[in-house]
Amino acid sequence: MDIKLERILRDVQKPARYTGGEFRQIIKDQAEVSTTVAYCFPDTYEIGMSNLGLRIMYGVLNSIDGCSCERVFSPWIDMEEQMRISGLQLYALESGKPVREFDIVAFSLGYELSYTNVLNMLDLAAIPLKSSDRGDEFPLVIAGGTCCFNPEPLADFIDLFVIGEGENAAVELVELYRENRSRDEFLLCASKIEGIYVPSLYDVSYNPDGTVSGISGQNEAALPVKKRIIKDLDSSYFPVDSIVPSTGLVHDRVVLELFRGCVRGCRFCQAGHITRPVRNRSVDTLVSQGVESLKNSGYDELALLSLSTSDYPEIFQLCDSLMQYCEPRRTNLSLPSLRADNFSVELMESVQKVRKAGLTFAPEAGSQRMRDVINKNLTQEQLLETCRVAFEGGWNSVKLYFMLGLPSETDEDVVAIAELSRAVLYTWKQHARNKSRGVRITVSTSCFIPKPHTPFQWEPQIPMDEYLRRVDLLKESMRSKAINYNWHSPEQGYIEAALARGDRRLGAVIEAAWRNGARLDSWSECFSLSRWLEAFETSGLEAGFYAMRERDISEILPWSTVSCGISKEHFLREREAAKKAAISPDCLEGCAGCGMQECVKGGAKDEAKTKI
Amino acid sequence: MNKLRLRYSKTQRAKYISHLDLMSTMQRALLRAEIPLQYSQGFNPHPYLSVALPLPVGLDSTCELMDIRVTEETLDLTGIAQKITACLPDGLEVTDCYIPAVKFTEIAWIEIHGTLIFDSGPPADAVAGLRGRYAQKSILISKKTKRGMSDIDIAQHIKDVEFLHGSNITLSAKISAQNPTLSPDNFISALKGEYDELFPDYAFFSRKEIFDSNMTVFK
Repeated sequence: MDIKLERILRDVQKPARYTGGEFRQIIKDQAEVSTTVAYCFPDTYEIGMSNLGLRIMYGVLNSIDGCSCERVFSPWIDMEEQMRISGLQLYALESGKPVREFDIVAFSLGYELSYTNVLNMLDLAAIPLKSSDRGDEFPLVIAGGTCCFNPEPLADFIDLFVIGEGENAAVELVELYRENRSRDEFLLCASKIEGIYVPSLYDVSYNPDGTVSGISGQNEAALPVKKRIIKDLDSSYFPVDSIVPSTGLVHDRVVLELFRGCVRGCRFCQAGHITRPVRNRSVDTLVSQGVESLKNSGYDELALLSLSTSDYPEIFQLCDSLMQYCEPRRTNLSLPSLRADNFSVELMESVQKVRKAGLTFAPEAGSQRMRDVINKNLTQEQLLETCRVAFEGGWNSVKLYFMLGLPSETDEDVVAIAELSRAVLYTWKQHARNKSRGVRITVSTSCFIPKPHTPFQWEPQIPMDEYLRRVDLLKESMRSKAINYNWHSPEQGYIEAALARGDRRLGAVIEAAWRNGARLDSWSECFSLSRWLEAFETSGLEAGFYAMRERDISEILPWSTVSCGISKEHFLREREAAKKAAISPDCLEGCAGCGMQECVKGGAKDEAKTKI
Repeated sequence: MNKLRLRYSKTQRAKYISHLDLMSTMQRALLRAEIPLQYSQGFNPHPYLSVALPLPVGLDSTCELMDIRVTEETLDLTGIAQKITACLPDGLEVTDCYIPAVKFTEIAWIEIHGTLIFDSGPPADAVAGLRGRYAQKSILISKKTKRGMSDIDIAQHIKDVEFLHGSNITLSAKISAQNPTLSPDNFISALKGEYDELFPDYAFFSRKEIFDSNMTVFK
């Protein structure tokens, strides 16, 4: 190891996250490597290594002959300070090689508050921040992940974005890269690959009021760029022999990806829209991937990952098969993302034979009207019935997640959250198996953030003080000591909302915020609102313009450069339905006509039928 | 039920794995190697893993010991060390695996080697100064204990201290393993204060061997 690094590691917290060398990291023979990729996760090791996307892309890129992919994470503040003092450049964990010496630097963008980490990592790697300042001697800087569905705020910094699922696009990009073109030629060729968005090929103009007046592509660049999807998950790569870290992660367990997409059409949910259509992995594939992953890792926990686990068609069969392997081996099966309206408790009982971890549900809103506005398709009766079964089954802890500030929310809707929580408490009093142990009901609220590519993409976010007023109102309505109410501060949500629906001009804001010291913004102990507000001011822009302004439906939205496959008409129809508090069917009940071309005709229902 | 003792080294990048992380890293590696681990009974079953002398983060060692319990009475031990090593991260290597005869409480001394680095070269007569310091009858250091910081005299708890002059200064010493447990950091903290000019800018240490009170290598 580098002596400079060794000396630094003495003085930083959790040094094992900066050393690499974990079991099953991939180091290739340099003589056989012609293309190198530094896969940069713009957050700490513990967060990044818990990310399934990283593990998939690491496996995919390393499976390419002659291509070597190494991992890079954002250093924590103490490590960054030491690196800057000693002049140690950002390096990749596997080889310790400086990031700057790689051919391709690839960022994974999962949340907007990681944007300053992207800049910080480029700077620590001694790579110029702006795409236009980088010549052929610098690595190509690319990005993928959820946030690329609005690539505009990072358009100044990233050479190209991969829109949608990256497994196949990454392979195509590496192949193209190997044809040894100049940077500009490469980018032009890359823009012809489906799902690749090269921001420098587009001109964006603005109206005097700050809204976008026009977007035009040069050199026949696609407009919009359509997202990539993997059609068949059963035959797609899944990392069953992935790295086993030697230090604790946020989620230290084997993860199985049940499906992509979501049959529900919750109107606030970006993930549910941009990942359509629903594609399931088969039970057989999942069981064999689960068993193999557990054997290969030595982990004692297996988690099922999806946007709504209880919507997996053969969930009981899957859990039964997995439990046959897990139970005798003392391996826990955990099921996050359960809906409160179906057989979730039954499911939990089937997998939690010994320990009863708490139950977590996200009704999102308190009143039926509000839940209909967001198309949550969950009734109070369903939630209480689920809770009744849970309490009768011996559970005594429930967490409930809500949003405040959803479109059209009134004080009545806010107070309804307290009423719903009380109803849950009352259900416990009536049905608890053992009341002597008491009950813990935890209610959490966060501020609604309107996201691109959702029916609520035109809606304003409520001001921070209004959110806090609603928090106070809710606090006053929560009387019982058995109900514990937590609320998230609205400050991070405000900046996230501005960045989420931002245009290209936000590049200057992000850079200014980073120069003001912003980094690790998703960590509340590092986040500073004033730093961001100052950055908006020095750039002559307002966060409120992006976060709190209702957009006219005729407005050109900055993210219309990319398409998730759902038509604007569908979003508008859903928005109108929301205004009437009218619900839409989920894909299993009937097709709402979202326009997703890759979807089985008539929605997922037809596919389900043919299986029966 | 069968107790097994693993002797392993923890060097290179693995020296930054903390004790707690080492326990889960070992547990997972043992499971990957299909060692039939014995689990505790009760609400939250866990395998029995016990490290003789937890190693401070950043320290190299080629003489670590860990006891585990396995369910099989007659486990074939040939090749088992290599089998486990194949499942370990870089820098962790099991060098021996056997049925232990003595308890960890018999461990008395640890042999350490160290390199002292002075950024502007070692001070003049550093070796003589260092030898002088560690030959004193009383060597007071301040050490963190369960009750907070307290001063202890380590003179009786160190022996065979030797310093050598090279491009850097190297040292070897034997320090008390238990009652009190001394670390290399404790050892060089004797240079703080009055002997500050001998206190290095950076030092790295390794554990080389462990002994019982008769100075026989502990197995």
